[in-house]
Amino acid sequence: MAVAGFRKDVEATIPALRRYARALTRNGDVADDLVQDTLVRALRSEHLFHGGDIRSWLYTILTNLNRNRLRSLARRPVLSPIEDNDAPDLAGPEAGGRDIERALATLVEDQRSALLLVVLEGLSYREVAEIQGVPIGTVMSRLARARVQIKSFLDGERPALRRVK
Amino acid sequence: MTDLNTPITDDELHAYVDGELPADRQGAVLEWLAANPEAAAQVAGWRAQAEAIRARYGAVASEPVPPRFKIETLSRRGRSWTAIAAAAAVAAFMVGSVSGWVARGASAANPNGLELLTSDALDAYKLYVVEVRHPVEVPGDERAHMTQWLSKRLGADLKIPELQDIGLKLVGGRLLPGATGAAAFYMYETASGERFTIYCAKAGEPDSALHYKGAEGTAAFYFVDKDIAYVVSGPANRDRLEKVTQEIYAQVEKAGQRKS
Repeated sequence: MAVAGFRKDVEATIPALRRYARALTRNGDVADDLVQDTLVRALRSEHLFHGGDIRSWLYTILTNLNRNRLRSLARRPVLSPIEDNDAPDLAGPEAGGRDIERALATLVEDQRSALLLVVLEGLSYREVAEIQGVPIGTVMSRLARARVQIKSFLDGERPALRRVK
Repeated sequence: MTDLNTPITDDELHAYVDGELPADRQGAVLEWLAANPEAAAQVAGWRAQAEAIRARYGAVASEPVPPRFKIETLSRRGRSWTAIAAAAAVAAFMVGSVSGWVARGASAANPNGLELLTSDALDAYKLYVVEVRHPVEVPGDERAHMTQWLSKRLGADLKIPELQDIGLKLVGGRLLPGATGAAAFYMYETASGERFTIYCAKAGEPDSALHYKGAEGTAAFYFVDKDIAYVVSGPANRDRLEKVTQEIYAQVEKAGQRKS
């Protein structure tokens, strides 16, 4: 009964995990691999899960796995994902979608993760602090820096529509 | 009503946008925003960012969940997906070949090729040791085939050490690109899931004794025997790693003597 409940809860979180991973990596294949690794790891660690919020726990695993992934790539030269070029994505976003995607790409990983967990996944500051393993104040400063960075990226990116003399 | 002389902090503005503002500060923030167009514009900008992010990625959660994520499938055969494994192998190859290329470029400038080789080996360790589904290309039960294949690709007579006696089971191996050409990579696992790897490549340098190198929770011992460099990587426990390496060293030495 408890086991079935656990699996059901994990399963119910998959759509949200895929959304978070997609935004975090901006690459559909990498994102789904991350989600799958997260699920496999969660299912193998089922016995280690002692109550609490399964959703937060899964976000934590995914966030850590992605950090590991980036770390193992860190010594390499930058390999830009193919999506960063101009292949149209399935969702067919207008220019605005691509702008925000590129803006997210310029963020430091911890800032990107904090921002996405709050605005896309709707988690509270407290939950994000637990996921990232930092105090709430750190989450807030990551958010603030992420927002400043995105704004300056978008301001610089967007051609000036009109110049006020 | 509220004290307009107490300025609203940026933290409070963020909290307001994210629905984290305590109810008793709501009024003060609203009044502040009404009186400060600049702050209001900032808040509107943050909201627009959040909207753009949700507009771009929100729909992913409504996509049908691909069959590979079925829980029964995942828990039953958590480790093998041939299609994904193939994709990962391609990705690994891309990453590996770039690193090989960089290492080759760098080795011209840096006389210590062994250090580079060890870095590559440690990178391979870090990259594959976390792999749940496809840590190796050839499983450990195909030892004979793997020995033949990797020996051929390296152009050297390799022997895959047998470490069962010290509690290490061969998970399998893979071929990697390295600074000096092909590299062979074997992974071993203890009963408790601790992983050790051996990275072998043409050394291009004379025989050497054991050297130790540790970094961020992982460590490696390397040595050169008959033109082949061996890098043994594992969790950063020097004594344990040294014991494992000594065993490997002994087997490699013994195999070499039998031949010559």
